[in-house]
Amino acid sequence: MAAPRDTTRPGGAGFPRLDPLGSDGLLVGFGDRLSEAANRAALAFRAAADTALPGVAESSTSLASVYLRYDPSATGLADMRAAVEALLAQRDWYGADLPPGRRLIRIPTVFGTDLAPQLAEAAEAAGLTPDAAIRSIAETRVRVQTIGFAPGQPYLGELPPAWDIPRQSRLTERIPVGALTVAIRQLVLFSVSTPTGWRHVGQTAFRAFRPDSDTPFVLRAGDEVEFVPVPADMLDGLCDQGPDGGAAFEPLP
Amino acid sequence: MSALRVLRAGPGVTVQDMGRPGYLGFGLSRGGAADRLALSEGAALLGQDTDLAALEMAGFGGVFEAMQDLRIALSGAPMSASIDGTRIAWNASHALPQGARLEIGGVTAGCYGYLHVGGGFDTPIRLGSRAAHLAAGLGTPVAAGQILSVGVDPKPDRVGLCLDPDPRFEGGRVRLLAGPQTRLFSSDELARFLSDPFRRDTRGNRMGVRLIPSDAPYASQAGLSVLSEVVVPGDVQITGDGTPFVLMTECQTTGGYPRIGTVLAADLPRVAQAPAGATLRFEFAETETASRIEAAEARRIATLRNRLRRLIRDPAEIRDLLSYQLISGAIAGNEPG
Repeated sequence: MAAPRDTTRPGGAGFPRLDPLGSDGLLVGFGDRLSEAANRAALAFRAAADTALPGVAESSTSLASVYLRYDPSATGLADMRAAVEALLAQRDWYGADLPPGRRLIRIPTVFGTDLAPQLAEAAEAAGLTPDAAIRSIAETRVRVQTIGFAPGQPYLGELPPAWDIPRQSRLTERIPVGALTVAIRQLVLFSVSTPTGWRHVGQTAFRAFRPDSDTPFVLRAGDEVEFVPVPADMLDGLCDQGPDGGAAFEPLP
Repeated sequence: MSALRVLRAGPGVTVQDMGRPGYLGFGLSRGGAADRLALSEGAALLGQDTDLAALEMAGFGGVFEAMQDLRIALSGAPMSASIDGTRIAWNASHALPQGARLEIGGVTAGCYGYLHVGGGFDTPIRLGSRAAHLAAGLGTPVAAGQILSVGVDPKPDRVGLCLDPDPRFEGGRVRLLAGPQTRLFSSDELARFLSDPFRRDTRGNRMGVRLIPSDAPYASQAGLSVLSEVVVPGDVQITGDGTPFVLMTECQTTGGYPRIGTVLAADLPRVAQAPAGATLRFEFAETETASRIEAAEARRIATLRNRLRRLIRDPAEIRDLLSYQLISGAIAGNEPG
C-alpha cells in the first residue's frame, strides 16, 4: 500500500511530514529511508528549531527525522505545528550544509580475533574475505549520522553497498563497551554494554559515553570517523591511555 | 546529615526521581520513576517537592534502619510494611524514629512501590539527576550495607496523613494517541488491536512492558523495514515476533520497530503497575481529547495535597501509646496557629 517513491523530491513523496508523537511532541520526518540529503535536512532543521522555535523544550534527531518536545501548558499542538510548517517553508533543508565545528576522529581498532568474534561471519554475509572486509571498513571514512539508542552512541555511515547486510535474527547476549558492529551499511560503536542484533567486527578502547567527565557525550552528529586497524595485543595499552583509547581528533574545515 | 541504613534490599530497589529531561539528543532517555504519579503522591504526603528522590522497589522492598529521626511516606504498589514489627498503612506518612527498623515486604498488588523520606534522598547527582538509569550504566541497585544520605526535612513533625491512591494496580483501560506509524497498520489490524484483551507478560521492566495478544501476532504493512526514529515512553512497538511492547521510562531513544500509537502520560502509571497476567485494553483518543485529559491530570497532580486525610490509627497498634498527648483538653484549644 506504500506509495511509490517520488524520486524528484529528496525525501520522497509526502516529505517533509509532520506527525504528533505523544501528547507533547511532534515528529518531523524528512524521508522514509536513509539518504545523505534527508540526514543533512534533519541535522540542519533541528539546529534551526532549537533557536527559532521558542516553544521547544527538547529536541533530538534520528537518521532522517527530528523530534520536538514542547510544553503543552504553554504551547498548543496547532500553534506548534504552524510554527514548524513556517520554519520548514523558509528554505531547502535537504540542501543544507553539515553542522559547523565538525571533527575527524581516528580510532585504533582491533578487527576480528577473540576480541571481535563476528568479523568472519559479517565478511561472508558481505561476500568479502576477512582481509578485504577489514580494508573496506578501514578505508571508508564514515560520518556520525545520529547519536541514539544508548547515551552518546553513534550510528556511522555509509559503508559500500556490499555491507547492506541484515542484522542477525538472534541477539548477542552482551556486547562490550567500545565494540564496533555492522549491519545495513552502517557501523555502531557501542557506548554501553547491552544485548544487540548487530555483528561484532571490531573492538576499540574508545568510550563514547563518559558520565562523570565535563564532556559526557564525546561524538556529535556530523563528525567523521576512521577506524584504524591495530594488532590485538595493542588493546590493553590503548585502554591504559584513558577514555580516548588512543583516538586522535582533528578539526574538519 | 540524616541517613537511612539499608540492612537488606530486594534486587530491584533503586533511587529514582523525575529523571533527566534534556539528553534525548545525546541518546540518553529521561529515565526516572516508573510510576511518576507515585512520586507526586509521596511528595504530597510529606508536603515537599516532587523532584526529591525516593526509593523505587520493584516487587519487593527490604529492611531499613533510621540513623536519625526521619519521616517516611509509602506510595505506589501496596506492599506489606511494618516499623519495629508493627504493621503500618501504605499510602500514608509515618515517623521513623532513630534506630527504628522499617521492613517492607512483597507487593500485594501492582509492581512498583515507593519509599519516600522527609527531605528526600541526598545521593550524588549525575547529569542533573539522582535517578539510577541502569540501561545507560548510571547508578546501581541499592544493596545491603549502603547508607543513603537524607536531605534536610523542612517539616519533621508532619506525619500521620494518608491519601487514597488512584486505582492502577490491576491493569484496565489504556488510552493512546495515533502517531507517525499508526498508518502502517491496516484497519483490520487496528480494529483487532483495540478489541484485544492483552495480558501483561512476566517479561517487563523499566525499559518496556511486553503484552501477550489473545490470538495471532500483529503485523504491519512495513514489516521490519522501518527506518529508526526517535521513540518515547508510552510508544507501543510491535516487535519482530508481532508482540506489542509498551516502552517505559528507561527505553532506548531510537527504535526501528513499527509503533501503533503512544499511551497517554496520564495512563502510563497503569501500564507500569499492571502485574503479570493482568488484562490491558487499548482505545484511541482524539488529539483534542488527549490534550484535555493530560491537562486535567496535570492539574489533579498539582492539587493532590487537597485530598490528604488524617490517618486514623488503631490505639491498640500504637506501640508507644503512652508517649502521645492523649488529653486534648490540656490546652485551651484557641491558641494561635
